[in-house]
Amino acid sequence: MQQEESWSYTIHSHSGFSFASLTEAWHYRDLLWMFVKRDIVTNYKQTILGPLWFFIQPILTTAMFMLIFNRVAKLPTDQVPPVLFYLSGITAWNYFSECLVKTSTTFKDNAYIFGKVYFPRLILPLSLILSNLLKFAIQFGLFIAVLLFYIFCRGFQIHLQPYILLTPVLVFLMAGIALGSGMIITSLTTKYRDLSFLVQFSVQLLMYATPVIYPLSTVINSRYKILILANPLTPIVETFRVAFLGKGIFSWSALGYSFLVMTILLLAGFYIFNKTERSFTDTV
Amino acid sequence: MSEIIIKVENLSKQYRLGEIGTGSLSHDLNRWWYKMRGKEDPYLKIGEVNDRTKKGESDYVWALKDVNFEIKKGEVWGVIGKNGAGKSTLLKLLSRVTSPSTGKINIKGKMASLLEVGTGFHGELTGRENVFLNGAILGMRRREIASKMDEIIAFSGVEKYIDTPVKRYSSGMYVRLAFSVAAHLDTDILILDEVLAVGDASFQQKCLGKMNDAATNQGKTVLFVSHNLLQVQGICKKGMLLEHGELKMMGDINKVVSEYTITGKNNSEIDVTKIPRLGPKVDYFNITRVKIINATDPGDQLFREEDEMMLEISFISREEIKDCVIAFSVSDVHGNALMDCRSTQDHPAINVSRDIEYTITAKFDLPLRAGNYQLNLGAACFYGIMEYVPSVANIEILPKIDENDNTLYKPTVGILLFYPKWELINQ
Repeated sequence: MQQEESWSYTIHSHSGFSFASLTEAWHYRDLLWMFVKRDIVTNYKQTILGPLWFFIQPILTTAMFMLIFNRVAKLPTDQVPPVLFYLSGITAWNYFSECLVKTSTTFKDNAYIFGKVYFPRLILPLSLILSNLLKFAIQFGLFIAVLLFYIFCRGFQIHLQPYILLTPVLVFLMAGIALGSGMIITSLTTKYRDLSFLVQFSVQLLMYATPVIYPLSTVINSRYKILILANPLTPIVETFRVAFLGKGIFSWSALGYSFLVMTILLLAGFYIFNKTERSFTDTV
Repeated sequence: MSEIIIKVENLSKQYRLGEIGTGSLSHDLNRWWYKMRGKEDPYLKIGEVNDRTKKGESDYVWALKDVNFEIKKGEVWGVIGKNGAGKSTLLKLLSRVTSPSTGKINIKGKMASLLEVGTGFHGELTGRENVFLNGAILGMRRREIASKMDEIIAFSGVEKYIDTPVKRYSSGMYVRLAFSVAAHLDTDILILDEVLAVGDASFQQKCLGKMNDAATNQGKTVLFVSHNLLQVQGICKKGMLLEHGELKMMGDINKVVSEYTITGKNNSEIDVTKIPRLGPKVDYFNITRVKIINATDPGDQLFREEDEMMLEISFISREEIKDCVIAFSVSDVHGNALMDCRSTQDHPAINVSRDIEYTITAKFDLPLRAGNYQLNLGAACFYGIMEYVPSVANIEILPKIDENDNTLYKPTVGILLFYPKWELINQ
């Protein structure tokens, strides 16, 4: 009986959340980096423009938003040049939506490899969050370049805000919310795939419930106010604009709310993901 | 000195048959409802023994049922059994790819499993990059892989292509590189699922050597699943036999293999009616029994090279049959037919009367070297095949007992026993 103590690990039939899975994931940190590297390297192999594609996408989206929402729909942009306004929103939003969409298919996309070898499954969604970070960094660089162009060549007035220092926190919040909800979605869609049809669509809808194409100030008095304020991404995108463009509504409590939602999503995500990873190879 | 390194207790795995849809949703809801009331999963009580040839009553099936065993450090185990006996399920559970329905597995030390070689290889990455990726997936640290990189590349024999994306590799090169990574894993327990059946003969030999080395010199514990009984007997000292998801026997590998192939013993009578038929079959005709006899040495339990053998095949028909022919064939363990024999080669076609059991014998020298072979039976009449019974028995032929131990003086390869007449000319 005293041998019970010395087992390295035990495989049980019942599951549950344990921090052991997190420490185990730490042992596989090299694998995490290998996956990140794989994602980045393989993304633009055999393309001529290569990483340039990272720039093209936000530029085209900005151009499209300007045409539709600014020129046609005449939505205000808070006295900020529309290019900067949309680009800032898109840069932040893209990171979140890419992370969410990609992590939400973790089990389905990797069913084959999961069926053949064991490693902490958590590694894969984490690697997606990290490899998307590089893409974000490149797009963020583009945004800064455009911002500097407007400041020096177009005389765009900006008072540098200390909130810029919050940028890493904003990225962390977006990553956390995306990871948490992505893990929940991928776990729920292994057995019954119905929900996965909704994901793409929901992410689009969510964008309209987030002040990406309009400033928060324009909806603060509308009847959709509750909906938009309840969205944990609203404070993140808004703070991003406050920090870099000096326009928008900042509130610590709103940011705190985002943090709270992220924590809940992450805990729930870990729990469900953990439960699912044990048996999903039989159902996927 | 030899501590228990794997301990499996009451391990069971249940699978649901059929598709996942609204039907399984209602089961899931029911299961959840039982769980909420603190009761046991109702579906774990049902389920049938896993016999894939019979259509079952229930939607659930036990791929493994109440399996218990212990494995000590440094032991090399072979897991054998027919298709669907639960071998792969056991390996999947041990390697944590899926989790058990009931029971538990205790493991001590670091374990790696190779249910496949080259898992996670990415076509766009170079050989070198894939070695790092695959090694990391198998649980190696980056430093560890880097220190073994030269060794891995040398073992694989694809130095020239190591910085080329693996999608440009030939399938053989791909597998060689993939196996090399696995062969250099530094773990206490290694689980292998027929992965040795890769690469060309020389590479297979190299892999087997590496496995042997891991077991004997480095004290690793190995679990090896294979259909190739010779390979299993070559590598493993101990064996376990699974049948319909249950552990039928475990112990010395040779005993387990002969239990698995027990039907092939001298003079034992095999009830052929219980063996599944293949292909077209008439319902009035049946081969009933077969007896395999060692005609050279009737007292011997086993068969050796050059022994004369005799088959006694019995059959019965509910209808009269004209011009009946009885046939047997011998194939190797992979199912390749080696020879096909018909009673009409030597004996006139048989006119069979109703309801009388006939027995026909065939005497022959089996021109095969030591190894495992399969006996298949069949019968036909003038109009066509009446039935075909594959894998009636496994026949194990042992090497001839020979005072001369020098292997250079005896044939070592090939499957045919062949005796040319030699003569020295310039005497």
